Amino acid sequence: MSKTIFDKVWDAHVVRKIKDGPDVFFIDRHFIHEVTSPVAFLGLKNRGLSVMYPEKTFATADHNTPTINQHLPVQDPLSANQLNALENNAKEYGISHWGLGDKNNGIVHVVGPEHGITLPGATIVCGDSHTSTHGAFGAIAFGIGTSEVEMVLATQCIMQPKPKKMRINVNGDLGVGVTSKDVALYIISKLTTAGATGYFVEYAGDVFENMSMEGRMTVCNLSIEMGARGGMIAPDEKTFDYIEGRTYSPKGNDWNTAMTYWKTLKTDDDATFDKEYAFEASNIEPMITYGTNPGMGMGISNKIPNVGQIKGGKETYEKALNYMGFDEGQAMQNKAIDFVFLGSCTNGRIEDFRAFASIVKGRKKANNVTAWLVPGSHIVEAKIKEEGILDILTEAGFELRQPGCSACLAMNDDKVPAGKYAVSTSNRNFEGRQGPGSRTLLASPLVAAAAAVTGKVTDPRDLMYS
Amino acid sequence: MAYDKFTILKSTAYPLAIENVDTDQIIPARFLKATERKGFGDNLFRDWRYNKDGSPKTDFVLNNPKYSGKILIGGRNFGSGSSREHAAWSVYDFGFRCVISSFFADIFKNNCLNVGVLPVQVSEAFAEKIFDAIAADANTEIEVNLEAQKVMLLATGESENFEINGYKKENMLHGFDDIDYLENIKGDIQEFEKSRPF
Repeated sequence: MSKTIFDKVWDAHVVRKIKDGPDVFFIDRHFIHEVTSPVAFLGLKNRGLSVMYPEKTFATADHNTPTINQHLPVQDPLSANQLNALENNAKEYGISHWGLGDKNNGIVHVVGPEHGITLPGATIVCGDSHTSTHGAFGAIAFGIGTSEVEMVLATQCIMQPKPKKMRINVNGDLGVGVTSKDVALYIISKLTTAGATGYFVEYAGDVFENMSMEGRMTVCNLSIEMGARGGMIAPDEKTFDYIEGRTYSPKGNDWNTAMTYWKTLKTDDDATFDKEYAFEASNIEPMITYGTNPGMGMGISNKIPNVGQIKGGKETYEKALNYMGFDEGQAMQNKAIDFVFLGSCTNGRIEDFRAFASIVKGRKKANNVTAWLVPGSHIVEAKIKEEGILDILTEAGFELRQPGCSACLAMNDDKVPAGKYAVSTSNRNFEGRQGPGSRTLLASPLVAAAAAVTGKVTDPRDLMYS
Repeated sequence: MAYDKFTILKSTAYPLAIENVDTDQIIPARFLKATERKGFGDNLFRDWRYNKDGSPKTDFVLNNPKYSGKILIGGRNFGSGSSREHAAWSVYDFGFRCVISSFFADIFKNNCLNVGVLPVQVSEAFAEKIFDAIAADANTEIEVNLEAQKVMLLATGESENFEINGYKKENMLHGFDDIDYLENIKGDIQEFEKSRPF
C-alpha cells in the first residue's frame, strides 16, 4: 500500500496497537531540559522506577538560564534549583548532560541537530512543543507533557493515537527578502492557529526543497503554531550532508546502512492525505504579526484587518488589538518599537545571524531600541565570531549575549517591560509571553534587523536595495 | 493510581468565552520554576486574574463570586501553544475536573487526560447553549457522565454526546495512567528496541 513519509516512520515505531485506543509508540531520541523534567523524575522515584535506556535521553539546560555572566552562580534561587535538579537527575540515571557553561550547551532544538542526534526516520520527543523543529530532517518529532516525559524515561514509549495527515505544498520562487520564517508565518496566517490541530504536516514543493537545513528547521519549528503536532520534510542530499560526520551520526558501515534506509523516506507518488493545501511562493512577502497569536500575521505592507474581515469571534479579536494597542485598518510600517529579539529555537541559528548582520552592516542600532541578540548555542556563538559577524554587530552598536531560550518565553531576566513593543524572531506573540504586559511582533531576522536600525517597523527590502 | 476516578460529575461551571486561550495565559512561564507539582492552582490564569500588585481583577470570571464549580467552559481552541503540563496541573489544582470547549489544542487535551481532567469537546452550538444558560443563570448545573459519554444541562435536559477513545475512558473511570499500562508490557518494548537501527 502507498504510504506517506509520515506513515513509513510512524508505522516503524508502533510496538503495539490498542483496540479503540492509542498506539504504543517507541521513541528513539528523547531530549530533556530543566523546566519540564524535574516532576517526571520525581514521578519515577515515587514509583520506584529507573530509566530504561539512559543512552537515548539527552539533557541540556536552556529555558531558564541567564544570557549574561554564565560563569557566575545563577542568581535566581528557583532557576538555580531547576538547573541543579537537571544536573543531579542526569548524573543519578546516567544521562548525558550539557549544563550551563558546557561548550555543547544551547537550546535543545539547536544542539540536537548540531550533534547529529537528530536523524531521518527517527522518533524524537521532548517536553517542549517546538520539538517539531527536528522534523526538518525527516524525523517524527513532537512535544509532550511531563507525564509523557516520565513514560519515556521509564519505558521509552508513549501512548499516542496516530494523527491525521496533511500536506502543505509551496511552489515557485521566493522574492528577495522573503525567508523561511515568512513562509511559515504566511501559512499560519492562512490556516489559523487551530488549522492543523489533529494533523501531522508534511511540507513539500520546491520552496522547501530549495531551503537550507536551517530554513527547514524554522518552518518545522512553527508547525505547532498552526496546531499541528509536528511537521516534516523528506530528507535529501542536503540533509545527509548536514548530518555526516557529526558526533552522534552513524559512521562507517552504519552510515551506509542508514543511508540506504533514509533514501526510502519519501512519500509515495499515489499516497493520500486527509487534507492538502497549496500556496504560491510569489504571494509571500516579509511577514509581521499584529495580534496575540501567531495566526494574526500579515505581509508587512498590509494593514491590520477590520473586525468584519475576521472569521473568529469579534470580542476575542478586539481583546487582542486592545492588548497590542493597535486599531483595525492601521498600517504596521513605521510603527515605533522598543525592543528587538534575535534568537530562540525558531531563529537562533547561524543563518539567522548572517541575515541580521547583512542588514545592520554599515548601519547603527537605533537609539530607542534595546536589542537582545542571543545565539541558539555555543557552537552558533563560536561561528558568529569565526565568520566575522560579531565584528559587524559590534561596529553597528550591538552586543551578543550567551545562548539560551531567553526572551522567547522570558523565564529568565530577559523580559520586555509592560506596554513595550518587541520585534522578535521567536515563535509566540501571546499576551505576556515576553514578560508581563509585553507586546510582541513576530518576524524574520531580516525584519528584526530592519527594525533594530530604524527603530520602527520597516520593510527590510527598502534597506536591501538602498 | 495517579489521580481520582472520574465517573459522573454534576457541577456548576465558570464560563470563559474567549477563543484561542493559550497555555501561557493558563500558567505564565515565570511560574514554571518549581521542581515539584505544588501550588499551581494559585497561579492559574495569573495575569488575567490578578493585578500587578497581587489584588484580584474583579472583572475576571474566576474572581466573580457568582460562579463556582468543578467545570470550566472555554472558548474555541482552548489550550493552544506550549506543551507545559503545568497548564493542566493548574486547572486540576484549582479544583476543575472537567473542561468543556468546542475545540481543544492537541497537547493540552492529551495532558489533561494524563492528569485526570476530562476534556469534553462539544459542538459550537452546544457550547453556545451552555454559555447562554450560564449567562441567564450562574447556578446552571451541568452533568458530565463519562460512562455514557454524555454532557447535559440539568435544568432543561438538553444533552450532547462526546467522544473519547475506549482506552482513555477506561483509564479515567478507574484512575489508571499510561505508565501502569506500559510497565506491564516492558518485555515487548525490550524486544522491539533490539530491532531499532539507532
